[in-house]
Amino acid sequence: MNRTLERAAPFLFGLIGLGLWQGAVWWLQVPPYVLPGPIAIVAAYAGDYDVLNAALLSTLTVTFVALLVSAALGVALALTMAASNLARAAIQPWAVILQVTPVVAIAPLIIIWVNQPFMALVVCATIVAFFPVLSNTAAGLVATPPELLDLFRLNGATRWQTLILLRLPAALPYFLAGLRISGTLALVGAVVAEFVAGSGGFASGLAYRILEAGYRLEIPRMFAALVLLALAGMAIYGALGLFSRLMLRRRDAA
Amino acid sequence: MIVVDGVSKTFPNGTVALNNTSAKIGEGEFIALLGPSGCGKSTLLRLLAGLEAPSGGQIIWPGGTAEPGDIGFVFQDATLMPWMSAAENVFLPLRLRGKSRSETRDSVTAALTQVGLADFADTKPAALSGGMKMRVSIARALVGSPKLLLMDEPFAALDEFTRFKLQADLHEVWHRTGTTIVFVTHSIYEAAYLATRVLVMSPRPGRVAANITSEVAEGPERRTAADYTAFVKQLSGVLRGVMPA
Repeated sequence: MNRTLERAAPFLFGLIGLGLWQGAVWWLQVPPYVLPGPIAIVAAYAGDYDVLNAALLSTLTVTFVALLVSAALGVALALTMAASNLARAAIQPWAVILQVTPVVAIAPLIIIWVNQPFMALVVCATIVAFFPVLSNTAAGLVATPPELLDLFRLNGATRWQTLILLRLPAALPYFLAGLRISGTLALVGAVVAEFVAGSGGFASGLAYRILEAGYRLEIPRMFAALVLLALAGMAIYGALGLFSRLMLRRRDAA
Repeated sequence: MIVVDGVSKTFPNGTVALNNTSAKIGEGEFIALLGPSGCGKSTLLRLLAGLEAPSGGQIIWPGGTAEPGDIGFVFQDATLMPWMSAAENVFLPLRLRGKSRSETRDSVTAALTQVGLADFADTKPAALSGGMKMRVSIARALVGSPKLLLMDEPFAALDEFTRFKLQADLHEVWHRTGTTIVFVTHSIYEAAYLATRVLVMSPRPGRVAANITSEVAEGPERRTAADYTAFVKQLSGVLRGVMPA
């Protein structure tokens, strides 16, 4: 009983919140271009779902490709850093610089440099998303149990064997935790890049629809796009969590 | 015969772990390294394994130095690969030495049989108890018949029932295989029960302070025999003598 209630709590809380919101909008007669009620937002989505869904698909494609590139790039850089201290010293500060530079600030440049709009968006989202995979995988690669490293040494293991049979599988949980963070960051990066590209006239993605709705004062439609973004973020987070559990269970299950 | 000849070990931070320690390890012996924490017993074990280099002195093997496969090592924790089955874990050292799965299948089965886990070959560690994991770990060290089996307090983290059972089984494995074993422990009872010879180590700096051969008769009554109790008393006395006040 208690557990069911706990499970239901966020939904109940959300429903109550939506009810209060709708009630307040009615009661205070707030105009929809200031704050639309939930019903108006659903209506806006229903009236324009093909455009909004296409925009969502476009944003998700950028997010997904950026996440794949981030995973590959993050693991590759982490391996390079684990292989040589010189490489670590050379790469680490640049990775941090790239991480701390706000993508909004460099997105216009990237959009100018990378001619193909889709690729430009992917590059921006990757810059935002790759760091957690990199830092987590790097941490995982050095967190190998020392006894197992001893065991490998005692049996004359090569560096390659140690990497493939020990370091990489031992780093898997770290990588997966990083990937989960990167997933939501890739979405954030994709949206930010779309904003910049969208204000430059490139019409695609949810961020562009939000911009467009803002210009036209179609605030319920803007909210509908926002809700889609939030749901997409939650879905990505949930899906990567599930993926991570499945991978680890498959790996360690008896 | 493996000879530890005046070996010292000083760590980079200045800690002197071992100072001019000598010992001889005869073939087929079961030697317990007994001493309090910080007396350098684990360091001596790691030196024997070649995992650390001595700062002074030398360790002489019959053929000069140890080759991969000469040494089996059992750590305090089972340290199995959670993503590998028991059999794959046992196969691992052979795999690292370039052996194929098919040519070593019998050795892997034999090693698992020796520790009583032949039926658990395909089980992953998550489904094994603490004692069973340690058994797999011992099988992993025994596979390929090493010349020297080094064990670093392998049973310290187990509950007493499991520990008693594993001690008895290890003793039997030693009887059956005749493998030379060096076993680090801080338990007088464990040393007295298992070993044919006990090297008592004293702390700071660590060295072998006493070398006592066991007179305990072999047999199933070993743990309750009068000579076992006497040996425990003798070891306690020696240990009290080497402990700093």
